[in-house]
Amino acid sequence: MSNKLVEFRNVSFRYGEEQPWVLKNCSFEIYKEEWVAIIGHNGSGKSTIAKLMNGLLFPQEGEIYIDGKLVQEETIWDIRKDVGMVFQNPDNQFVGTTVQDDVAFGMENRGFSREDMLTRIEVVLDAVRMQDYRLTEPHRLSGGQKQRIAIASVLAISPKVLILDEATAMLDPKGRKEIMATVTGVQEKNNVALLTITHDLQEIVQADRVIVMNEGEVWQETTPRTLFSQQQELREIGLDVPFIATLANELKQAGIPISQEPLNHKELLEELWTLYSRT
Amino acid sequence: MDIIFKNVSYTYQQNSPFAHKAIDQLNFHIPSGTFVAIVGHTGSGKSTLIQHLNGLLQPTEGEVWIGDYHLTPDKKPKDMKKLRSSVGVVFQYPEHQLFEETIAKDISFGPKNFGVGDSEIQRRINEVLPAVGLTEDFLERSPFDLSGGQMRRVAIAGVLATKPKVLVLDEPTAGLDPRGQREMMDMFYDRHQKERLTTILVTHSMEDAVTYADHVIILNKGTKYMEGKPEEVFVQKAALQKVQLDVPEIVTFLDRFEARFGVSIPFTRQTEKELASTIANVIKEGSVHE
Repeated sequence: MSNKLVEFRNVSFRYGEEQPWVLKNCSFEIYKEEWVAIIGHNGSGKSTIAKLMNGLLFPQEGEIYIDGKLVQEETIWDIRKDVGMVFQNPDNQFVGTTVQDDVAFGMENRGFSREDMLTRIEVVLDAVRMQDYRLTEPHRLSGGQKQRIAIASVLAISPKVLILDEATAMLDPKGRKEIMATVTGVQEKNNVALLTITHDLQEIVQADRVIVMNEGEVWQETTPRTLFSQQQELREIGLDVPFIATLANELKQAGIPISQEPLNHKELLEELWTLYSRT
Repeated sequence: MDIIFKNVSYTYQQNSPFAHKAIDQLNFHIPSGTFVAIVGHTGSGKSTLIQHLNGLLQPTEGEVWIGDYHLTPDKKPKDMKKLRSSVGVVFQYPEHQLFEETIAKDISFGPKNFGVGDSEIQRRINEVLPAVGLTEDFLERSPFDLSGGQMRRVAIAGVLATKPKVLVLDEPTAGLDPRGQREMMDMFYDRHQKERLTTILVTHSMEDAVTYADHVIILNKGTKYMEGKPEEVFVQKAALQKVQLDVPEIVTFLDRFEARFGVSIPFTRQTEKELASTIANVIKEGSVHE
């Protein structure tokens, strides 16, 4: 078996005959246990990619393969076992009256045994650090906590790839941090590939690879570090440049020879310190 | 218009077992023409506070002054409609409030309700449309055929067309992409200055508060937790973290810089460019001393 988990082959998509193409001839791959971030401005086609991956939409042109299976009407039920998705609005994804009922819902639909469900609930609530909230009613949780439960519910069915489609967009800064910490932990401990869809460059720092979407096309496949150095281009396609990248660039302009594009405060401070103590 | 809150409390479902005090003994004075940021995490009372600004809620204790309009527990201004035409509120996700067949009709709805004549409405539409970044060919289209970002611009145009003197913005950029966020905030700031508005921005974004506000009020559990200029408030990291708020990223960086280099650079709302030149000096001076 190959290491390829997701493959888009020349995929084009539009919502109707008369409508403009939302995705144009997109090709890319995601490998097992990899963390890939998809970034792009509103309307760049990034959420459409997520919906195509689990058969909520089908492309007019091209093919999509998940773990070797072609995504089509006949396979979507198998595909959806492999592709777990968490959406933007934490309030739209609850069905259970308690946290544990909610986590159990997806497993019930797939016919897991009761014993198996009980063990899995333990494991996944532990993974998102929500074990104390088993019997809490979902509406009593904060936005960040709700999204953590949504992640747990998806993990419970052991997907091969977990998609977070702007899962932090409606959260406050604290909720965002919670989710990013949870996601990092989950990816380290579970054999799952991660696809995070976002327009916030801060959230791609830990990804292995980044796919940048612009106007429905794959604009670039790169690493976070390389992307951070392309400030002019990022602004042109409507994305923000993180503080640390802007500062590093201004320092270079001011005659400080920064050799490596910093991804965080620590990296920049270490480099400055080296320069400082050398002189 | 000056905005004054004097010992204002609001209790939901008062005199019932479900009574819940959302704001508690709030005092502040916002002078006319100020750009104020109100910051607090979810549940801190921000939404309850702003509903007092146009009389959607009356305080259950204390008094509120909006210019000459006076709100107390047992008295609301006689001319509530006039208060509401002076205070424009852009609620969260305002695009959910669109309802008319065409964009022109939707923008006209507010001013029409406040008794503005047709020719004046037309003039205002021509003025606010470019301000929110839309063009005239949109006017006869249905607002429901637009993208989310465009729908929000239509909704905001509707508020601006009422020519408010006070503009209240509740998380106006939530859900927009970075360019959309910046364009929208710049647009509000431009209106604020040109129309000499009093602007109240409710936000989670410390970066927006630093960039645009003259004055910051931090709420926690319905009470005023801190108040002052952004450069005074946002350096108090420990106090802010206690109420689960972050300082702007540049302040965190300055702290870490001091820890590593033993050199303190004060926070003055400087740009990245200004900061880079300060740091460059520190590093180059190091070479001079050696």
